[in-house]
Amino acid sequence: MIRFILIQNRAGKTRLAKWYMQFDDDEKQKLIEEVHAVVTVRDAKHTNFVEFRNFKIVYRRYAGLYFCICVDVSDNNLACLEAIHNFVEVLNEYFHNVCELDLVFNFYKVYTVVDEMFLAGEIRETSQTKVIQQLLMLQNLE
Amino acid sequence: MPTVSSRGDAMRGLAVFISDIRNCKSKEAESKRINKELANIRSKFKGDKTLDGYSKKKYVCKLLFIFLLGHDIDFGHMEAVNLLSSNKYTEKQIGYLFISVLVSSNSDLMKLIIQNIKNDISSPKPVHVNLALHCIANIGSAEMSEAFGQEVPKLLVSAHASESVKQSAALCLLRLIRTLPDAMTYAEWASRVIHLLNDQHMGVVTSAASLIHTLSQLSPGDYKGCVSLAVSRLSRIVTSTYTDLQDYTYYFVPAPWLSVKLLRLLQCYPVPEEPAVRGRLVECLETILNKCQEPPKSKKVQHSNSKNAVLFEAINLIIHIDSEPNLLVRACNQLGQFLQHRETNLRYLALESMCLLAGSEFSADAVKKHRETVINALKTERDVSVRQRAVDLLYAMCDKTNSEEIVAEMLAYLKKADYAIREEMVLKVAILSEKYASDYTWYVDTILQLIRVAGDYVSEEVWHRVIQIVINRDDAQGYAAKTVFENLQAPACHENMVKVGGYILGEFGNLIAGDERSSPLVQFNLLHSKFHLCTPSTRALLLSTYIKFINLFPEIKQTIQNVLQNDNQLRNADVELQQRALEYSQLSSITSQDVLATVLEEMPPFPERESSILAKLKKKKPASVQAIEKEEEKMKKSPPSIENHVNVPKEVPANTVSRLTISNSVDLLGLSTPPATPQQSTNSLLVDVFGSVDQPVAPKPESNISKFLFKNSGVLFENNLIQVGVKCEFKEHTGRVGLFFGNKTGNQLQNFSASVSMGADLQGKVNIAPQKEAPTQIDGGAQVQHFVNLECITFFSGSPNLQLRYQHASTPQQVTLKLPVIINKFMEGTNMPAADFFNRWKQLGQPVQETQKIFQANHPIDTEAAKTKLTGFGMSVLINVDPNPDNLVGSGIVKTKTSQIGCLLRLEPNKEAKMYRLTVRSSVGEVAALLCTMLEEHF
Repeated sequence: MIRFILIQNRAGKTRLAKWYMQFDDDEKQKLIEEVHAVVTVRDAKHTNFVEFRNFKIVYRRYAGLYFCICVDVSDNNLACLEAIHNFVEVLNEYFHNVCELDLVFNFYKVYTVVDEMFLAGEIRETSQTKVIQQLLMLQNLE
Repeated sequence: MPTVSSRGDAMRGLAVFISDIRNCKSKEAESKRINKELANIRSKFKGDKTLDGYSKKKYVCKLLFIFLLGHDIDFGHMEAVNLLSSNKYTEKQIGYLFISVLVSSNSDLMKLIIQNIKNDISSPKPVHVNLALHCIANIGSAEMSEAFGQEVPKLLVSAHASESVKQSAALCLLRLIRTLPDAMTYAEWASRVIHLLNDQHMGVVTSAASLIHTLSQLSPGDYKGCVSLAVSRLSRIVTSTYTDLQDYTYYFVPAPWLSVKLLRLLQCYPVPEEPAVRGRLVECLETILNKCQEPPKSKKVQHSNSKNAVLFEAINLIIHIDSEPNLLVRACNQLGQFLQHRETNLRYLALESMCLLAGSEFSADAVKKHRETVINALKTERDVSVRQRAVDLLYAMCDKTNSEEIVAEMLAYLKKADYAIREEMVLKVAILSEKYASDYTWYVDTILQLIRVAGDYVSEEVWHRVIQIVINRDDAQGYAAKTVFENLQAPACHENMVKVGGYILGEFGNLIAGDERSSPLVQFNLLHSKFHLCTPSTRALLLSTYIKFINLFPEIKQTIQNVLQNDNQLRNADVELQQRALEYSQLSSITSQDVLATVLEEMPPFPERESSILAKLKKKKPASVQAIEKEEEKMKKSPPSIENHVNVPKEVPANTVSRLTISNSVDLLGLSTPPATPQQSTNSLLVDVFGSVDQPVAPKPESNISKFLFKNSGVLFENNLIQVGVKCEFKEHTGRVGLFFGNKTGNQLQNFSASVSMGADLQGKVNIAPQKEAPTQIDGGAQVQHFVNLECITFFSGSPNLQLRYQHASTPQQVTLKLPVIINKFMEGTNMPAADFFNRWKQLGQPVQETQKIFQANHPIDTEAAKTKLTGFGMSVLINVDPNPDNLVGSGIVKTKTSQIGCLLRLEPNKEAKMYRLTVRSSVGEVAALLCTMLEEHF
């Protein structure tokens, strides 16, 4: 299962943190810093997977943003990696060419996107069409 | 700035606030802006005017933003909860978001929140139901499990709920189950839940698959029906064309995530027995493998990634099934292609997956074909984690035929390996070289090379192990001695090399002493040249080597004694070194060569047990040893190498020293050293020696006491809090027991009491009198003494009890021990000529006065050792009395206050039959019987 999802920029600013496991606030901060340290030192020739405590991080970099998901060691690496990409494509369509600022100004909408696609640390919906339909429907509600 | 939509969800004030924050030039400016905003929001919330829903939403959202920036928020929770009861979706959504992100287990609010969720969950609007379900899933507390454990499953199987609600309900339920797994397995829902796998809506199946996976793990029996449903669903997906599934096709791959989930679900169960289901499953797996050979439908990495995600999961399932040789070999071949793929991810995953294939008997050989590629990966991969996987795979594929090459490659890589993985590599090399050694010279060379190239990463387990193997293998000893000697000649050698060298030369240096290039003096000088550069623990080991040298090479005794008696040793600040130097120098000067030879005898072979290196690796990396363990099960049938033949004691050198000291005290007593030797005067010293030694914790006082039959001092008891040492002296019918209580913790042991009591059978037979009150507390790390005087009134059997009570970390502790006060302690040996002996023997001729036992020897028959034991027991061994020199006769008098009881003994070994006949005669029949029983098990 997914333990947490983090979107960070290169400077280490968190653009989204979604936790599927109980951590206290100090621990969350520590995890955020550790993930940043682990992920930013890797280059394009490295794998998109990195061992992390008793878990592993599957991550992908899009321009200045790192999308990281922390999953169990037994989870399927490539499925997680493509789940990230699927999520990014949805964000891209929803925000029309998404950029970092969209995530800042619309942080409360990003949570809705996440909840549509992932819930309880599992993949909930994978169809981009379905997710976008749902998001547009919600956006038109008052 | 991105365009903000003009709909009702747009919050202009929020956007302005976020822009302001972003424009702040400094941390201080940001704090100032935030404080201003907080004050503003606070006044709005406190103001008389009731805020409309939109404002409330906007302010709550601002608070959330401030919180996410890392500031504490201590108000606004109530306003957020108010938003939940709004009828407008956007207001509800912000309320729920605030609560999911920020809520603590504030119980007052939680009741309100739960009430609001209850309302929404039964709302006719699916979007409200979903907001409520997501909130339950995001909070996921036990309270939520209790409140909604019954509601959520109803939604899941409801005929009216929308697909979207079912999706959320399935995963929401999963979260509740994870929170309280014992409370709910929903056996009664099982068949309805597993049928969700047949749902028309792929999104529902995707969510439900995760729920069913977890339920299957919790209660496999109730959910085993899911297997055939999962197989048929999977079959429909993999045989579909990419247009069939439309929305669920991702870069031309039909439902990759659902396929992965189904393949994982199937790994919860054994391969289906029903032939039709099994056949269909095998077909699916074949189809997945076939698809990999087809030309790609897209050059995009997303296409190949999602296709391969399914492939790797399919391979996991193939490995799980482990009974389809054809599939296993095909999987292996496919992975073999990936080993040279230009995508690092694929090379990494192929190595990882192959590691598992190496553990299956059907694919192990296919994996081995890729040895060279893997070795190459070790040399050329840029990503350390890929190299790490290559090491794992080499380890997993190693066998008798390729072990030399693999170990050599790993050793070569070790020189430049990343620090992070060196220790693990050292363990792996050590295990492989031991496991596959057909030739011990190779093994010894390998381990010594390990120490040379990665000495810092060679843990104690590894160097202990090589010593044990050398000790257990006669054919390796000479070579080992020669090789360590050569290695030690390097100008800079690692301290671990000095340890191994010191130990091995101490045991087997004599095997190479014939060569003048490695004569005793050369060996000694070589070792001693390293002495000053070593840490105290290594120096202590070397001191033990030196005393062994005195035994092996009497010709250099003087040189070594000079070193031992040097002030650098005798006055060393390190107590352990000081003590060893003192005791060893005494030992070498007081005892005869014979005694020395007994004390310093070669180490006996170590008993067999699981390799502790393997145990250590398992602890470090549970997954990576799986393969090799499987292998091991198979290996057990074939003739073994040295693997599993020896075990590692906690500390090799300590072991010798404890042996030394035990036999030391016995032997010195055996030589009837007058009780004024250094031994005696350093009363507590002896106990300290034991204190520094890692002795096993005595499990039962009863079993422990028998070791005190022949000696008067040692460790009586030890646990992780306290150590009890004992030192007794006996003279005629009186005795003095010195007890040494050592506090092993850093804290004071409080309410300490030590009381000696007599059982009913000893009442009136032994009198005791503590010299003074026992201490009532022991400071952390301290040792205190307590002396008890006693007097034997009349013959007794058994021993007095010592009861200890103390408090550690405010928990009362209680230990009851037996004191080593045994009847034989009051026995004194008497010498007499042969004629007197036979006279007395005849006088004690009545049947009640004699006890005779014939028994199998428990120990090798050794006259000298038996003599030592009898002397330690308290008897005089009479020489030239029995015409047969193998027979031993002894005599002694048990002295009590009221009587003196003469005892005579005859011990006749039968070497051929490995039997003993032991006869004891005494004026008191009971004494004869008791002594005979006590002695029987010790010969």
